[in-house]
Amino acid sequence: MNKIAAILKELEAESIEIFRETAASFKKPVIMYSIGKDSTVMLHIARKAFYPAPIPFPLLHIDTTWQFKEMITFRDEIVKETKSQLIAHINQAGVRDNINPFDAGISEYTRVMNTVALREALDLYGFDAALGGSRRDEEKSRAKERIFSVRDPGHRWNPREQRPELWRTYNTRLAPEQTMRVFPINDWTEADIWHYILQENIKVSSLYLAKDRPVVKRGDQLIMVEDDRYPLLEGEKPTMQRVRFRTLGCYPLTAAVESNASTIEEVVEEVLNVKLSERATRLIDGENEDSMEKKKTEGYF
Amino acid sequence: MSGAIVRLLTCGSVDDGKSTLIGRLLVETDSVPHDTIGAAKKIRRSGSTIAAGEIDFSLLTDGLEAEREQGITIDVAYRSMKLLDGKRLIISDAPGHEQYTRNMVVAASRADIGLVLVDAMKGVRTQTLRHLTICSLMGVSRIIIAINKLDAMEYRQEVFDSISKDVQRAVERLEVKDIHIIPMSALAGDNVVYKSTNMPWYTSQSLLEAIQGWEKPVDKSANGMMRIQMIARAENFRGVSGTVRRGSFSKGDEITIFPSNKKATISSIVTFENQIETANTEEAVTLVLEPEVDATRGDVIAQSADDLTAADRFAAHVVWLNEEDLIHSRSYLMMSGPTTTPAMITKIRHKIDVNTGEHLSTDTLKMNEIGDVEIASDIPIVMRPYLDDREFGNFIFVDRLTLKTVGAGMIKHALRRSSNVTHQNYEVDKLQRSAQKNQKAKVIWLTGLSGSGKSTIANALEKRLFAQGMHSYVLDGDNLRMGLNMDLGFTSTDRAENVRRVSEVAKLMVDAGLIVISALVSPFEVDRQRAKSIFEDGEFIEVFVDTPVDVCRARDPKGLYKKSAAGQIPNFTGVGQDYEPPLSPTLVVDGTAPIDEIVEKILRELL
Repeated sequence: MNKIAAILKELEAESIEIFRETAASFKKPVIMYSIGKDSTVMLHIARKAFYPAPIPFPLLHIDTTWQFKEMITFRDEIVKETKSQLIAHINQAGVRDNINPFDAGISEYTRVMNTVALREALDLYGFDAALGGSRRDEEKSRAKERIFSVRDPGHRWNPREQRPELWRTYNTRLAPEQTMRVFPINDWTEADIWHYILQENIKVSSLYLAKDRPVVKRGDQLIMVEDDRYPLLEGEKPTMQRVRFRTLGCYPLTAAVESNASTIEEVVEEVLNVKLSERATRLIDGENEDSMEKKKTEGYF
Repeated sequence: MSGAIVRLLTCGSVDDGKSTLIGRLLVETDSVPHDTIGAAKKIRRSGSTIAAGEIDFSLLTDGLEAEREQGITIDVAYRSMKLLDGKRLIISDAPGHEQYTRNMVVAASRADIGLVLVDAMKGVRTQTLRHLTICSLMGVSRIIIAINKLDAMEYRQEVFDSISKDVQRAVERLEVKDIHIIPMSALAGDNVVYKSTNMPWYTSQSLLEAIQGWEKPVDKSANGMMRIQMIARAENFRGVSGTVRRGSFSKGDEITIFPSNKKATISSIVTFENQIETANTEEAVTLVLEPEVDATRGDVIAQSADDLTAADRFAAHVVWLNEEDLIHSRSYLMMSGPTTTPAMITKIRHKIDVNTGEHLSTDTLKMNEIGDVEIASDIPIVMRPYLDDREFGNFIFVDRLTLKTVGAGMIKHALRRSSNVTHQNYEVDKLQRSAQKNQKAKVIWLTGLSGSGKSTIANALEKRLFAQGMHSYVLDGDNLRMGLNMDLGFTSTDRAENVRRVSEVAKLMVDAGLIVISALVSPFEVDRQRAKSIFEDGEFIEVFVDTPVDVCRARDPKGLYKKSAAGQIPNFTGVGQDYEPPLSPTLVVDGTAPIDEIVEKILRELL
């Protein structure tokens, strides 16, 4: 077995163990399914963990109503294929108040349509554990994240009260009103995810692959004009460019990158050299020392 | 087991050059994005002496140190990197100061290799000894000692030799025997990834070589062992799922289920892809057993039960992780693999000075302290000594109320006592004894503040029971403290032991068929819950005598509130110590109501 396959096998076994521990320890767990590559990989591992039984948890998708259409199509395909139960939750109050990324501002929009919606859904269905696909290599605060991470009443995260996590002896007990977040792929890196997708032949959204798409340039960011809700500037016209997405989310908030990687193999290739391309885009705004200093104080590497 | 992932613990602080060392390791193995390196060439800390255009390696990994300065929660940070031989290295980084011992213990719990930094200008110091002690105690397999900053000592061999000698003396008392001492300069890049040209007298491994040279010890003949994590059920399918922790299992193997000692044969090994012939160490699999024997989560599947022990009395090292001190005799939840049981520390033999390894006597453990203790668990734990087997030798302690992880333990060995004392069954039992007295044996546990009226209620209640021809007895807190509990004071620890003893006595009396009334302040919920847990369902009637503290103070039958106000009683409940009202008492009685009313209320519950 080559080294990469050997590493993936160990990572996968750990993730399977975490899924099983969650199934054995909680009354009503749920998989937070964001449609992205990480949660799709998570879903794949969950199938392995419980085979030949089906995955014993439903999927929860927080629908902000601003996702790419392709994401929703992909979600429904996956749900059908894995025979999962899907709960798509929308914060109806947010829809009623027309909370959108343009008028409400990004942070308020994110709070209402993502954070509040998630809390609502968890409370509504009484889930006591929510499995998420975040990874320690994503950012600094995540580097300290537990595998089983307790949330206080109201789903608040109190970093000072996190339980020490030793060995693989997980403390899964909850006090009244507490809930748990579980991160089964904490130790995976972005490259691991892509290698695994390639190795396991996992279907991911076509948005990850390069294609000619209608985009406008805002600052340094390429935004795909998904529908006529996107307010174009006067005289602005979307142009077709060969782009793909590195992460998926709400289309007005998720920038595309120029890329020719139209197969998973090519994406893996690109990710392995991501240092270069990431640098290239960051150098433009990051070469200035002030912004770097600022990022550092905010926890930047 | 492929051992493709290696875990490294780094011990040291920024002053020893830890950040620079890790930074150098990352850069020279090409693990850092080039834009980040570019920035580390430009940005300078105030007072930095690094030349313009050179990389300040410490900027790449100083997260934790910066956080300490900013007052952000200090924690263990994990970082993945690729070794040049293709393996994955996961670095767990914890600060090295004494007040962060617990973080280091967490970081060390899964580490294969411990990297201990020694500043060549300072030599072996107290913290070096502490780091070595923790690495050894937590069972890392290899220790690499980096004698760093030799560039500042003109790369002199005698400096290295003299520190090496001190290190060798220090490691003599450790369990770990795989020790590498490397002369280094993280700043100048000597012996980190590349061999130094400045120290021709050193021809052995660089740090990277010492890390890459480590191989997971594989014992192919090891007795295969797997804990059952869950039972897998599907249509016409039943299997046991778990991760193989030692050795391997093959189709057709005869196995033993421990502790029941039932035998079965592995008829197939199921994974998502296909059925496999052999499941190796660290593989997550589902085994189908023939015949379908009774097995549950927490049981161990083993090729042979020879080197497994189930014990409920054992010796262990415990690291205390909680801000509140360990309370000896208090019941905690003990989690060992998937098994959870109430357990208590019955004896603290001594605590270990992490700096010197010295044994000190103590009756408690504070946060960051390590004790050598004896433990009694309610149900037997399947165990192996930690230093032989980390996976079957570890456990954690969880507070029964807050459910926080408060302690971590490493099993040393089972204590003989547990197997030599067996419960004797007598033919006349509790039911018969109660029936003979025409009553149901119970304990009425009165809890409340001093002066709330517990003794008065107990007295009136017993008079009523006696008049009705019932057989009863009152266990009064104060009275017992004159005899059975005369050695106990009023600290949290002593109160826990007080409640434990009284509940055990009450249990004997309930067994004798009596109705027991206990009148004890018993201020802590965990202690009362533990007391309740030793009785059968419905036997333990917890009565909260709810009297406002002002009323108690006004009554003050023993003059204790007055003394406490004068500062003469430090641990007085409701003043110097909290009273925790029961979370779910069987009954709440208003301590200011007429006594007959209260007694009626309790009698209705009782009869």
